[in-house]
Amino acid sequence: MRTLRFLLRKEFRQIFRDKSIVAMIFFMPMVQLILMPLAADYEVRNINLSVVDHDKSPYSQKLISKIIASGYFRLAGYSASFNEAFKLIESDKADLILEIPHDFERNLIREDHEKLFVAVNAINGTKASLGGSYLGSIIGDFNADIRMQLVTPPRFSQFPVIDVVTSNWFNPVLNYKVFIVPGILAILVTMVGGFLSALNIVREKEIGTIEQINVTPIKKHIFILGKLIPFWVLANIVFTIGLLVARFVYGIVPVGSLLTLYAFISVYLLAVLGFGLLVSTFCDTQQQAMFIMFFFMMLFILLGGLFTSIDSMPEWAKLITRVNPVRYMIEVMRMVILKGSNFADVLPHVGIVSLMALILNSWAIVNYKKTN
Amino acid sequence: MMQNDKVIVCEKLTKRFGDFVATNEITFDVHKGEIFGFLGANGAGKTTAMRMLCGLSAPSSGKATIAGYDVYTQTEQIKKNIGYMSQKFSLYENLTVLENIEFFGGIYGLSDERIQSKTDELLHRLGLKSEANKLVASLPLGWKQKLSFSVAVLHEPKIVFLDEPTGGVDPVTRRQFWDMIYEAADSGITVFVTTHYMDEAEYCNRISIMVDGRMEVLDTPTNLKNGFHARSMDEVFYQLARGAKRGD
Repeated sequence: MRTLRFLLRKEFRQIFRDKSIVAMIFFMPMVQLILMPLAADYEVRNINLSVVDHDKSPYSQKLISKIIASGYFRLAGYSASFNEAFKLIESDKADLILEIPHDFERNLIREDHEKLFVAVNAINGTKASLGGSYLGSIIGDFNADIRMQLVTPPRFSQFPVIDVVTSNWFNPVLNYKVFIVPGILAILVTMVGGFLSALNIVREKEIGTIEQINVTPIKKHIFILGKLIPFWVLANIVFTIGLLVARFVYGIVPVGSLLTLYAFISVYLLAVLGFGLLVSTFCDTQQQAMFIMFFFMMLFILLGGLFTSIDSMPEWAKLITRVNPVRYMIEVMRMVILKGSNFADVLPHVGIVSLMALILNSWAIVNYKKTN
Repeated sequence: MMQNDKVIVCEKLTKRFGDFVATNEITFDVHKGEIFGFLGANGAGKTTAMRMLCGLSAPSSGKATIAGYDVYTQTEQIKKNIGYMSQKFSLYENLTVLENIEFFGGIYGLSDERIQSKTDELLHRLGLKSEANKLVASLPLGWKQKLSFSVAVLHEPKIVFLDEPTGGVDPVTRRQFWDMIYEAADSGITVFVTTHYMDEAEYCNRISIMVDGRMEVLDTPTNLKNGFHARSMDEVFYQLARGAKRGD
């Protein structure tokens, strides 16, 4: 225990003497949490629309201005023909073409129905599908408007009408930031903890100081603990700064208790740091450690459920997410912060992550060899 | 000499890396308080042998005990009883002189009072009082090496292993360094030292010379010079190392 005290004192001195680490700990969470959620937004805006209006009637004008007024579309220009409009798509100036046929207004009034043609540039899949459906619903809305004007609805319709009304729980106004900020914070804490711990022992190997440690009678588990604790403290600081940014910049106040959140993060960090330390016992240079960590971090993040829903992944990918600590972290963050889940609700998550922490740290201790 | 006087006993100690035999069946004893010189060209297997004796590297075959402890099964007991100064400077450059002393003292389990008194004594002897709170990185190489040695013997080990301790150090500092080695030997610490400087070899009680992983000779400097009809250790070394097949 006394040895551990000396180890910790040494680690903290070294960490706080390294300006780049200190900067990373304090500024990274602030900058990333303030900038990233603004840029990484699922809502698709600025869809470039090219209009081919063959009708040029008040109705077609009304439709176009309704579309532009929605705020999602930007008029890339009017084209005289479909072919001309298609050139805009080819040169990437337009994402969607709306073709309004001749006699749009006349047919609508006289024949009571008319067809519109929408062509979608599907190279950017998200933009195309969302743009297409936005446009569809705006046109549907327009349709309902003119029906109201033209026909007085009968008091009792002979057709049954099912009207779907959605109510969004836990994030009533579907504020995207409420959803993404806890997720980004989860990844941030994982990255800081993982990389710092992975690079640390390898750095001592590169410089050669590990040799001087290995020739002392220090116990392996004490040495690993001496590396684990300082980064655990640092990652907790990063997490706390992140929560403060979420609170004061985005107004996200955890619905659940902070105690539950910190209880989970404490165990979670042991797992992540254990993983980093394990990687560092396998590597001889910081470069190797960096690449290996990068590989796993990419997997963890892409299969973590932040950007894409785990439910819609193929079965094999779902299996991988079960051993992905980041997945549990993101889930718990959303459960506690948005839904107000209590400790009993996140107990299964705590259990799995504890097991991971135990395995990874034991493995790191076994794999750290004082005698080669 | 008496049997229980031996602090290092080595019998056919061998280290193989694949097909390469780095250290080939070396056999020797080192006595308490002795300054034992370990010579050889680059790549002769000196560092490998020393790392095995320190418990940093597991031998492939052969037997050895250090301070009575087995190099295969009791490496942690060995580590309590030895000090080690590697070829590469390995104190923490981003800690101060004081912090390094405190850290290594603590790791070896010295009490706070012992660390304090040892620190004062050490700073006084090295004349480093005014540099005590400077980062080690800012010290000149000679001082770094002297500090390294002092830290290696801080816990008063039975044996101290020095791997080319004076490489790149100026002659005056080298001389001071050897004064420190003599002091340590006088206090009963056995010194096991590798070097490339033949004048330093003359300071040792006994010398072994390794060629291509084997220990070719082992004797006092005087006996070696007489045996090879040489006027200096330089000549002895040259006659032996000339036949070496490896090295750079």
